[in-house]
Amino acid sequence: MRTFAGVEDEDKWLAEGIAGIQHNAFFMHRALDANNLREVLKYSVLMLSELRTSKLSPQKYYDLYMRAFDQLRQLEIFFKDESRHGLPVVDLYELVQHAGNILPRTYLLCTVGSVYIKSKQAPSKDVLKDLVEMCRGVQHPIRGLFLRSYLAQVSRDKLPEIGSDYEGDANTVMDAVEFVLQNFTEMNKLWVRVQQQGPGTVREKQEKERNELRDLVGKNLHVLGQIEGVDLEMYKETVLPRVVEQVVNCKDELAQYYLMECIIQVFPDEYHLQTLDTLLTACTQLMPTVDTKIVLTQLMDRLSNYAASSPDVLHEFLQVEAFAKLSNAIGKVIETQLEMPIVGAMTLFVSLLTFTLRVHPDRLDYVDQVLGACVVKLSSVPKLEDARAMKQVVALLSAPLEKYNDIVTALTLSNYPRVMDHLDDGTNKVMAMLIIQSIMKNDSCISTADKVEVLFELIKGLIKDLDGTNTEELDEEDFQEEQNSVARLIHMLDNEEPEEMLKIICVVRKHLMTGGPRRLPFTVPPLVFSALRLVRQLESQDGDIAGEDVPATPRAVFQILNQTIEVLSSVPCPELALRLYLQCAEAASDCDLEPVAYELFTQAFILYEEEIADSKEQVTAIHLIVGTLQRINVFGVENRDTLTHKATGYSARLLKKPDQCRAVYACSHLFWVDDLDGIKDGERALLCLRRALRIANAAQQMANATRGNSGPVTLFVEILNKYIYFFEKGNPHITPSDIQSLVELINNEMQSDNGNTTIHSDPFFTSTLRYIRFQKQKGGLMGEKYDPIKL
Amino acid sequence: MVLVLALGDLHVPHRAADLPPKFKSMLVPGKIQHIICTGNLCIKEIHDYLKTICPDLHIVRGEFDEDARYPESKTLTIGQFKLGLCHGHQVIPWGDLDSLAMLQRQLDVDILVTGHTHQFTAYKHEGGVVINPGSATGAYSSINQDVNPSFVLMDIDGLRVTIYVYELIDGEVKVDKIEFKKTSTTNPAP
Repeated sequence: MRTFAGVEDEDKWLAEGIAGIQHNAFFMHRALDANNLREVLKYSVLMLSELRTSKLSPQKYYDLYMRAFDQLRQLEIFFKDESRHGLPVVDLYELVQHAGNILPRTYLLCTVGSVYIKSKQAPSKDVLKDLVEMCRGVQHPIRGLFLRSYLAQVSRDKLPEIGSDYEGDANTVMDAVEFVLQNFTEMNKLWVRVQQQGPGTVREKQEKERNELRDLVGKNLHVLGQIEGVDLEMYKETVLPRVVEQVVNCKDELAQYYLMECIIQVFPDEYHLQTLDTLLTACTQLMPTVDTKIVLTQLMDRLSNYAASSPDVLHEFLQVEAFAKLSNAIGKVIETQLEMPIVGAMTLFVSLLTFTLRVHPDRLDYVDQVLGACVVKLSSVPKLEDARAMKQVVALLSAPLEKYNDIVTALTLSNYPRVMDHLDDGTNKVMAMLIIQSIMKNDSCISTADKVEVLFELIKGLIKDLDGTNTEELDEEDFQEEQNSVARLIHMLDNEEPEEMLKIICVVRKHLMTGGPRRLPFTVPPLVFSALRLVRQLESQDGDIAGEDVPATPRAVFQILNQTIEVLSSVPCPELALRLYLQCAEAASDCDLEPVAYELFTQAFILYEEEIADSKEQVTAIHLIVGTLQRINVFGVENRDTLTHKATGYSARLLKKPDQCRAVYACSHLFWVDDLDGIKDGERALLCLRRALRIANAAQQMANATRGNSGPVTLFVEILNKYIYFFEKGNPHITPSDIQSLVELINNEMQSDNGNTTIHSDPFFTSTLRYIRFQKQKGGLMGEKYDPIKL
Repeated sequence: MVLVLALGDLHVPHRAADLPPKFKSMLVPGKIQHIICTGNLCIKEIHDYLKTICPDLHIVRGEFDEDARYPESKTLTIGQFKLGLCHGHQVIPWGDLDSLAMLQRQLDVDILVTGHTHQFTAYKHEGGVVINPGSATGAYSSINQDVNPSFVLMDIDGLRVTIYVYELIDGEVKVDKIEFKKTSTTNPAP
């Protein structure tokens, strides 16, 4: 029984041991030089006796062992040369067995045995068999392990493999295998027993020491993997079953874990594929504390890599039904290991899914099956709270997205949404964002209403408030990013068939309407423009298409649009709604739907009158209204009159005079449209310009009154430019003298600065005059027109 | 040689998901000295993206822009040229070249860049040049039925500016070129 002493004591003992070896080695060398066999044996035994210590930890024992090992190499050279010691090797073999203690005796025996085999005076298999039996005599775990390790080392190049010098009869490979298997088995038993010594409190230290020894045992498996002549058949029938038997029977957690890993690393992947049953059964028979999932994961990873190595390999997987076996084994492990935390089960599923995606990417049913098993497991826990497990589930859901690069494939997996349901709200949204990012990155297009439905169910965490969440808690920037992602997503939903596209729009609308006032300003505009694109497509096609629920006509779409924009009043965001109404109105005009266009304009005007109070916003809104109205040609005279009257009215009532002036002269264009059959009411256009002029005058007077000097002449110059515009277009009510007097008015305004004698120039006026001169000297009709104007 | 990128009316995410990939791969950071943008980005993400292409970003307000602080119009001098920038929804009738010429005279610039119509134009008149880079994403427009994604790159070299227009037509990027020359130098800004 080794007691656990302090490091200093161990160092002392090691030093003593080394000194002992060196001391006896010195004398042994002297005897070697003298070819004195008796003395050689005497001192070698003394030297080897240092290895009989039980005071050293494995690391330190190894140190001692290596020094002895070096000396034994010298010894072997001596033994080999019969001329030096005079004994035939057979007799030498006999002689060393008389050594007193078993440990030195067996070391010597192994050394002579090595020579014996090399001499070929006896079959390798016989000598090896003898030696491996002899080692049984040393039952001390550490001493026995190193002894057998020595045997393994010296025998390595003397195994009766195929093609070696020591090849035996027809059974030769089996003999080699048998030897290694036996040594392995005995070494494992010794290794397991290292743990059982010492009090419980130093278990950690014991584990560490055991781990230091493990490669001694594992080496045997490497050797088994390298023996020439071991084919799949022998591996399957003999090697693996014997190894696995020892692994399972030793009932030691550390050994089982290490050896299973070893098996997987050492032997070729094709072998694993053909022995899946054996391997997986072994996994289920391991001690419950063994981390089987890591073992299984390693196996699956190796098999995945193997599958990726060449396409021909895939049929092997199908032939051995690899997926089914792995799937069952994992199921069993999860079932039997009840204390396995949920994160462990999820990790296993992730590995299995990775395997499936790499080996059988076309088998969506397999993928769905894995997800299904995951759902079952998740359903067994009341609520998923472990963050690491959540991370694994996200990895599980992301894998198909990355693999297939096509969201539509992932959408066909029936268990996909069920897995997502088990995520908590925060993670659900993270996953939804990943899905959207995948779609954007791959430029995917989702083209049927059914798929859109599934997709929006998946991302519902972004679309609406899930039970228990509170949008108030969300970070503003994150929230915007989310909603902008949803907005972008809407443009990825498309189908050339108008009928289907309309269905898609209805599905999207249904979902977006559950979003609440915070989300609507982000999500409604893309929906509106998507619908407007559809309208344009319908308009360019001939004839109506009768749909099932909603016939795909422009009129039907406008109904939907109207109802959709209306919802924005609940937010409220009247500016946005106004812009959208105007966009729709123009589209309705293009479709010749006068009542619809009028209704939409009405809605816009109501918003302007009742909701838009900010003066800057009003200016923009007026320009949008007038600009849109100017382009619309669907209205009959009465409707048009009503709307233009309203628009000019709003313009004249803007707060600031310059804004009024500009809006009013913009309205002049309402009465003059430069198309072939556009309205060309020169008189009313001029009326607007005159009104604008009056407002400009009033503005100048106000400036005089409040600041003591006249304001800039910009407004007048702008109006002058408008006069020129209509003059050139041929408005009969604008004469050259109108322009002439305006020019003079501006000149006067510029010079009439009270007390200011400098004549300031206005670049705008200057370039306008320059333009007039340019037109004058153009000649032709234009030159004639301008001729009366003198500058 | 000074490279100026002119683009606008992206309408992300209202009317388009993103710039076309072929455009994105062409717009490499560090190659362009100035960006002038006609507006309607519409979100901050696009603003930030444009800044990565070139930190000297000039932008005016479109009617759908999220950021209401962009100015209604802007003028700047690059080399020998004075440039004016305005989205264009303020100039009625929309897209009318004579009315835009008036704005050009008012801003007193050689080159006026406006948008709103989503239609590329480059028009020379008595007072200078009016350029509309169109919509960089090919976004829906009530004004223009047939929109192709487009943007403009101006190469300003002394008194000459070469205008390259890039249009994405049927999946291929087509380039066209127009040249303009100033007759006199601009007085440098004080």
